Amino acid sequence: MALIQLRELCGYRSGDKGDVSDVAIFADDDETYALIVREVTTVRVKEHFGSMVHGMVVRYEVPNVRALNFVMRGALGGGGPRSLRSDNLGKTLGGALVRLEIEIPRARANQRRPRPDAEWAREILARATTGAADPDA
Amino acid sequence: MTTIRIAGGQGFYGDTPRSVSGLIDDSIDYLCLEALAELTLAILAKDRQRDEERGFTRDLPLYLRAALPAVAEGRTKVITNAGGINPTAATRAAIATARSMGISGIKIATVLGDDLMPRIDEIGPSLTNLDTGEPFSALPAPPRFLAAYLGARPIVEALEQGADVVITGRVADAALFLAPLVFEHGWSFDDWDRLAAGILVGHLLECSGQVAGGNFSGEWWTVPHPWDLPYPIAEVDADGTAVITKPAASGGRVDLDTVRHQLLYEVHDPAAYLSPDVVADFGSAVFTDLGDDRVRVTDVRGRPATDTYKALIAHHAGWSGETKVAFSWPDAREKAEVAAAVFVKRVEQAGYEVREWCFERWGVDALGGPTVPSTDSEPPEVVMRIAWRCDDERTAALVAREMTPLTLSAPPAGLTGMGRGGLGRASELLTIWPTLVDKSAVDPHVTVTVEEA
Repeated sequence: MALIQLRELCGYRSGDKGDVSDVAIFADDDETYALIVREVTTVRVKEHFGSMVHGMVVRYEVPNVRALNFVMRGALGGGGPRSLRSDNLGKTLGGALVRLEIEIPRARANQRRPRPDAEWAREILARATTGAADPDA
Repeated sequence: MTTIRIAGGQGFYGDTPRSVSGLIDDSIDYLCLEALAELTLAILAKDRQRDEERGFTRDLPLYLRAALPAVAEGRTKVITNAGGINPTAATRAAIATARSMGISGIKIATVLGDDLMPRIDEIGPSLTNLDTGEPFSALPAPPRFLAAYLGARPIVEALEQGADVVITGRVADAALFLAPLVFEHGWSFDDWDRLAAGILVGHLLECSGQVAGGNFSGEWWTVPHPWDLPYPIAEVDADGTAVITKPAASGGRVDLDTVRHQLLYEVHDPAAYLSPDVVADFGSAVFTDLGDDRVRVTDVRGRPATDTYKALIAHHAGWSGETKVAFSWPDAREKAEVAAAVFVKRVEQAGYEVREWCFERWGVDALGGPTVPSTDSEPPEVVMRIAWRCDDERTAALVAREMTPLTLSAPPAGLTGMGRGGLGRASELLTIWPTLVDKSAVDPHVTVTVEEA
């Protein structure tokens, strides 16, 4: 077995309802889904978030979209309009969850999700910085 | 078989009305504008306190300006919860907008009854906090508003009365989209599977771009033309089968991955998505990627609705302020921590009572907190953001001033005085208090009025 961060295996999205954060992770195939069902338990998730999440963590399995949905209570510093946190709506908690490392069969240890190639964005910024005209306009 | 095309033209208060023309060019039967987050009602309640003619989302006239010509031609209808906490004033603004454009003869409906604040003495005492179980009597401050999430029924009633534009207050987001499907397809309010299909479609569309490549954790850098923001469209058949898509001319992407991301957004139990009109089982849905930015949804199952509406109370929770200070390498993190400690000591010496502190080390672990593994490598710069909560506005504002002297007395090479709010400005904190209200206490007071603009 080997260790791998969930970022290499899963997509993610998170949001808020009051002081509750909903965090979903999405597997790309059945094998990965079975793996995260086994490894990404409520105990591990609660431990991962430590002092950020004061309340209970509940997990829902959603096999029709190969996802796990975590409902974390007491997770947003009191909730949107009450929280002192910059991320008062928990938009980044999905990203924080896929930092978690899980055990994976050694054969898959080198699995990587693609890394961003955002050269097009740098070109736009360079053009904007130099004040050149937009070629698409 | 008739297929109804409904569009999600707004996902929040402050979204862009530039979405509207692209959607209307794509020929849509209904333009649904979802304007209310939990936080939005709190903002609107503050607005109404200052001015009785406010309390609705003030970009509504901008959306209507873009949509009303098509409405007047009978090409589309508009359904929106932009009425916020004051739908009556929103309708007055809508009529004024129509007149200013020389448009007449359109019917505008107003749905009232979600605002339970006038009946707080009657309804309040029986309420308990949905998350904490606390009774209403334990509220530490008076409620600013009490609003129930209504369902699709009053909107359907408005459409039956011939409304071209329907303006509501706190109607559940997804119900805005369910209503035209019930009306057009003649669905019955106990046809649970079809209602569930409509609610699922509404849930997918209610956050505008988020189903079509926005906030997408797949290969987000490959989403086409993200500056031509995608606003989603659903084509829904009478049997509840739906295709989620987007205008061809917009940017964005609709595929299985973007759709499932939105399916679970801000959902608790996917097998029991509670809406006012039905309990939908999102886990039953079958998604098929048809290619070309089209995803089909079938087989959605539903169960009878509960006998309660979700409702929100908000109450005052103190005053906050914040400040930022930045440090560069070397030893940026330690400099930032020392500066924050100096600041805290100065605030204590000044005798200001701070009830809660929040320290965020941007560049280290501001967002990830304990999930960020510790490392020996030094960040090239660190921004320390410090936020605090005080009981009164004046103290919350004064605390910020204790950062100023650090300009010349902090650890080396720091930049003080960064951040929004500036010196001496505090902002009010509100706590959201979710609860359930018996439908029998709400429904008799729900009214639909239709007037001609």
